[in-house]
Amino acid sequence: MTAADTSTAPPCPASRVHRFEVRTLAGQADPLADRARSQADDNLPGCTAIAAAKVFLIEAPLTDEQARRVADELLADPVSQSATLGSAPIVDGARLLEVHYQPGVMDPVAESTADAIAEMFPTLDREAIYVATGERYDITHPDADDTALTAFANAGLANAVIQDVTLAPHHPGSFPHGHAYDFNLTHVPIRDLDDEALMKLSREGHLFLSLDEMQQVQRYYRDADREPTDVELETLAQTWSEHCVHKTLKARIRYTQAGAERSAASGLPSFFQNKPNHDLHDDGSVTIHNLLKSTVAAATFKLKEDPAIGDWLVSVFDDNAGIVKLDETHGIAIKVETHNHPSAIEPYGGAATGIGGCIRDIMGTGLSAKPIANTDTFCVAHPGTTDLPAGVLAPKRVLRRVVDGVRDYGNRMGIPTVNGAVYFHDDYLANPLVFAGCVGIIPLDKCFGDPQPGDRIIILGGRTGRDGIHGATFSSDELTDTHADEFSHAVQIGNAITEKKTLDVILQARDYTDPDTGQQRCLFNAISDCGAGGFSSAVGEMGEKVGAYVTLETAPLKYRGLSYTEVWISEAQERMPLAVPQENVETIKALCAAEDVECCDLGYFGYTENETPTLKLTYHGTEVGNLAMPLLHDGIPTPTREAAWSPLNPRHKTQTPDRSPVRSIAGDPLTQDRNTSDKLFALLAHPNIASKHWVVRQYDHEVQGSSVVKPLVGPQQDGPSDAAVLRPKLDSAKGITLSCGLAPHVSEKANHTGHATDGDSYQMVLHAIDEAMRNAVCTGADPDRVAILDNFCWAKCDDPWQLGTLVRAAEACYDGALAYRTPFVSGKDSLSNQFTTEDGDLITIPQTMLISALGIVEDVNQCVTMDAKQPGNALFIVGSTTWHMGGSHYAMLTGTSGNIPPVDLAAGPRNAKAVASLIRQRLVASAHDCSEGGLLVAAAEMAFAGRVGLDLDLAGQPCESCLLDQQLFAETPSRYLLEVEQDHIGAFMDTLLKAGVPFGQVGLFKDHQQLTCRTPTAGQILDAKLDDLREAWLGMLDW
Amino acid sequence: MSVSTLILRTAGTNCEAELAFAFEQAGSSTQTVHLGRLIDDPTLLERFDILGFPGGFSYGDDIAAGRILANRLRHRLLGPLQEAVRRGVPMIGICNGFQVLVKLGLLPDPEAATQTVTLGDNVSGRFICKWVGITADAGSRCVWTRGLGDFELPMAHGEGRFTAPHDVIDRLNSQGQVALRYSTSGTDTNPNGSDDAIAGICDPTGLVFGLMPHPERYTVPTQHPQWTRQPKGFAEQTMPGLRFFQNAVEHAKQNAAAAV
Repeated sequence: MTAADTSTAPPCPASRVHRFEVRTLAGQADPLADRARSQADDNLPGCTAIAAAKVFLIEAPLTDEQARRVADELLADPVSQSATLGSAPIVDGARLLEVHYQPGVMDPVAESTADAIAEMFPTLDREAIYVATGERYDITHPDADDTALTAFANAGLANAVIQDVTLAPHHPGSFPHGHAYDFNLTHVPIRDLDDEALMKLSREGHLFLSLDEMQQVQRYYRDADREPTDVELETLAQTWSEHCVHKTLKARIRYTQAGAERSAASGLPSFFQNKPNHDLHDDGSVTIHNLLKSTVAAATFKLKEDPAIGDWLVSVFDDNAGIVKLDETHGIAIKVETHNHPSAIEPYGGAATGIGGCIRDIMGTGLSAKPIANTDTFCVAHPGTTDLPAGVLAPKRVLRRVVDGVRDYGNRMGIPTVNGAVYFHDDYLANPLVFAGCVGIIPLDKCFGDPQPGDRIIILGGRTGRDGIHGATFSSDELTDTHADEFSHAVQIGNAITEKKTLDVILQARDYTDPDTGQQRCLFNAISDCGAGGFSSAVGEMGEKVGAYVTLETAPLKYRGLSYTEVWISEAQERMPLAVPQENVETIKALCAAEDVECCDLGYFGYTENETPTLKLTYHGTEVGNLAMPLLHDGIPTPTREAAWSPLNPRHKTQTPDRSPVRSIAGDPLTQDRNTSDKLFALLAHPNIASKHWVVRQYDHEVQGSSVVKPLVGPQQDGPSDAAVLRPKLDSAKGITLSCGLAPHVSEKANHTGHATDGDSYQMVLHAIDEAMRNAVCTGADPDRVAILDNFCWAKCDDPWQLGTLVRAAEACYDGALAYRTPFVSGKDSLSNQFTTEDGDLITIPQTMLISALGIVEDVNQCVTMDAKQPGNALFIVGSTTWHMGGSHYAMLTGTSGNIPPVDLAAGPRNAKAVASLIRQRLVASAHDCSEGGLLVAAAEMAFAGRVGLDLDLAGQPCESCLLDQQLFAETPSRYLLEVEQDHIGAFMDTLLKAGVPFGQVGLFKDHQQLTCRTPTAGQILDAKLDDLREAWLGMLDW
Repeated sequence: MSVSTLILRTAGTNCEAELAFAFEQAGSSTQTVHLGRLIDDPTLLERFDILGFPGGFSYGDDIAAGRILANRLRHRLLGPLQEAVRRGVPMIGICNGFQVLVKLGLLPDPEAATQTVTLGDNVSGRFICKWVGITADAGSRCVWTRGLGDFELPMAHGEGRFTAPHDVIDRLNSQGQVALRYSTSGTDTNPNGSDDAIAGICDPTGLVFGLMPHPERYTVPTQHPQWTRQPKGFAEQTMPGLRFFQNAVEHAKQNAAAAV
């Protein structure tokens, strides 16, 4: 305790900032210090010791005695920690380094601490308590100077976008509290601008609108004979952003491809023939009107014509999420989102708010679904990459922090995170992809809602601050090396508990029982979520048909000083708008009060001018914005966009630069002449294939008690499950599967990196659909009850070649969905995933389609897992292996190229159905999808997951003119490995013969702990210990 | 007689639904009550036979797991809770509920109600979700774990490392207050590094019980991580997680019968 802190307190103390340090006692685990030490191993060589403390800065009128009580009763654990008031002396010989959040950054711990202090001292005004938190490190290093320490801090301990680093104890005399906002209505002259000035305004105002869009806006205001206000322009920019309106996927596109013009329309691939809204022209081009509607959605609507599917689908494409039936009373809602650009700049907050936003999508579907599962998929560069362009975070740091973000948000919400993938490719270096999915359960009579005229606009949840301003428009532009500075305000930090409380209230309001009548009724007519674009997008969309009148001064603010425009476009997290009939407003407010959730009345729905639904924005009675809803929602111009495809992008003069070759895992390059064992070990350690237990174990995948098939299975819980199976209702045996498919390695990018000659986004999407389906079927899903979602992640499609690849992907969505009879129910696109380095080099991500699949399981007791069960059982492969090695992980590791394996749209669905039938007949002891790495990798995984030895004999493998390595490592789609008891082999074979499916026995499980393999021609080619194989597989990402 | 269980929830509680389901399977009716309502009317406690503190992240586990909820209970409800203990009401705190009971001081000694043990950060520094081997201490006086031997339960926490001064641990051991330990044989022992591998403790009466792993997540067979590998007959057994709740419901019935 310092001298200043022991001075006698005045009777009525003035507010001042008290500083507290909390340290872990010797002998206790100290993760804060451990994490810093591990960072120092990478970024501060020579560091000999690090001590750590949590720092709390509390501004409040506390007496010294009260401050001491805060330290002892609230901040420090009496058994394992100690608290210091003020700053403890620096450790002898050490240098001090502190990390503190910048003012205004959401800090849930600070908020909770302030609440708890208010509860301890009821005479204190909660609004007079301000808390900030930070970390202190005492670093012992022989010669680290200020520059080295700061660099170390910024490399791992702090993110300069949201945190400050100091080299002395941070103890301000007071906190900044912001200034009151002086209202100042701002008009932006646009009517007299020329094209160049319009584009300057678009760029410098961060509107990111195209010239024809700016011209459209200009025309509107010329007709209206006035200039727009700033908030009107912002509203148009948000609503018309790629992020919100998906203008590329909804555009009219003229597609050509090299060679097609020579032989006219017949030169186009056959997949352009006979599709809705596709006009084939004599010059070899095709015009597609609204790409999304003519492919992804068209497939669903065609499938819906079959009543078996039509009756199962409840809500598709219209809402925040798609809904299918679980049973006769409940539906399952599912949505998958991306949060790429925020995660590139601040991975923790970006991923956390990514999952938080997707959860809100589920909460805002129909009249609200209850979230029951999360999924997450990350695409990052190889974790060993150290050669980083300016403005880019190291991929290992990105991956660690996005996992932290999903973990902290999902676990706190009490939603199990059960399925996902981590995929590595060096061209994700500057633009990592973060996919977050959420699944909910919803009563079938609560699947639809519409705001009614007169409904109040009630906002539940978090307060509005400057967080995330311009997120929608920012995500619609590419990243550059200066983005972290320019768009730091677009970064958001979430508070999961605020969202959880809000969810609790919403579900009570949805299922409200009137105490007077005993009748159950929903207290609101519609609900949505505030995501990108904040109130602007949410209220604008909800009010599209009826109009809305908004009083911006009524929104509760985190701090003073927000302008009316900032209130309107803020992307502060955890806010949910509801359309509430006037007579229910007080009831909802009472529910909020009981759960300590804030709510406000932001205005009403049903505002029209001249019978046109209109969005009117006011601030303390003054009109600040007035926009006709038709302009907002239908006014966006739709020019024809040009797409031109060839296997290689003609604009990329060379192949992807040397930065990008896939690194050999073992250090030395693997060549084709190495033996089978070397190749198998190398593949098992490829990060795409290696165990993701490091990620999985940090997520609570058991909460809610619904888990049936877990992400990791087998006697030691370390086998890679193909899909997760959940039982959404604890008292029912009905289940759902969640799985995904991802195959960027067979996209056009593979042609550029030299691992394929005919990589193609069309095939890439079919591979992803086939894989998602295989994964679902392997655990027990009914293939007639699988719904899928699309997530397109592409580079900017104003490059006609990129747009050409996008068109091919969309065409594959149509063909794949129809072939597998699996409707798309929801989707999302992110189309500006590229990065320009300070040297002007453009890095585009691989064409990436994540297919997420939701399957229904009739009876979860019939589910199977992938771990081998019993010596004596036989191993069969279903599906034929082909010779194509292009894009395979084998090709990546050996530096070879070739043709990619095409998906056979007849065989894929047929094989899936046959396998599902075998599982339903209980003829399968374990099932595993044969995918990355091929047959040998999948067989090894089954054996080591189950601790059962396996002798492979490939004599029985159905294959088409395959060499040995092709038999072993080809990644031919539509293949399954199935373990069958001897007694079941007869019935098993009968089923497959009747289905006309190629299959063959490829192995026998044995009572030893080896994986062996022989072929008729090569003899024994492999004898490896299961433990060694498993170690190679587990070790790569064992962080 | 019928048994009814009060399940206490607040901001960030998230395991209340499966806890209610477990109690209902064991034959108790349940009512899930928000902390605010109980603060407004502490006499509510008198209407219930069993009290459950579910898992979750109360108040985000901000500052430390369970700390803020424990402080709120200390300021608002400590007396009524101690009164319920004296009435012989079985109480269970699971995961975050255990952290709350320990930081409130209802464990290990409800009468003293001061914190003498803690649940610190896992020794790995990480949140871990995994099924682990558990052994019920045969000499424990815990009512909830009667008749249980070796079994598995899922753990899912970042702050679950049980730790206390040596004398406290010795006393817990000698008084039969250690109810559960993580398995010390096999490949994955004592996953969070707890002192003496302690996974759960009870008060001197054996009625107030807290544990880090989640018995409410193991009441039906398909929750077990290896249910697809189990021999025939497995699905017909009573799952160990459910037996915790059956024990408490049975005790509450006898307690009520004795009082009549």
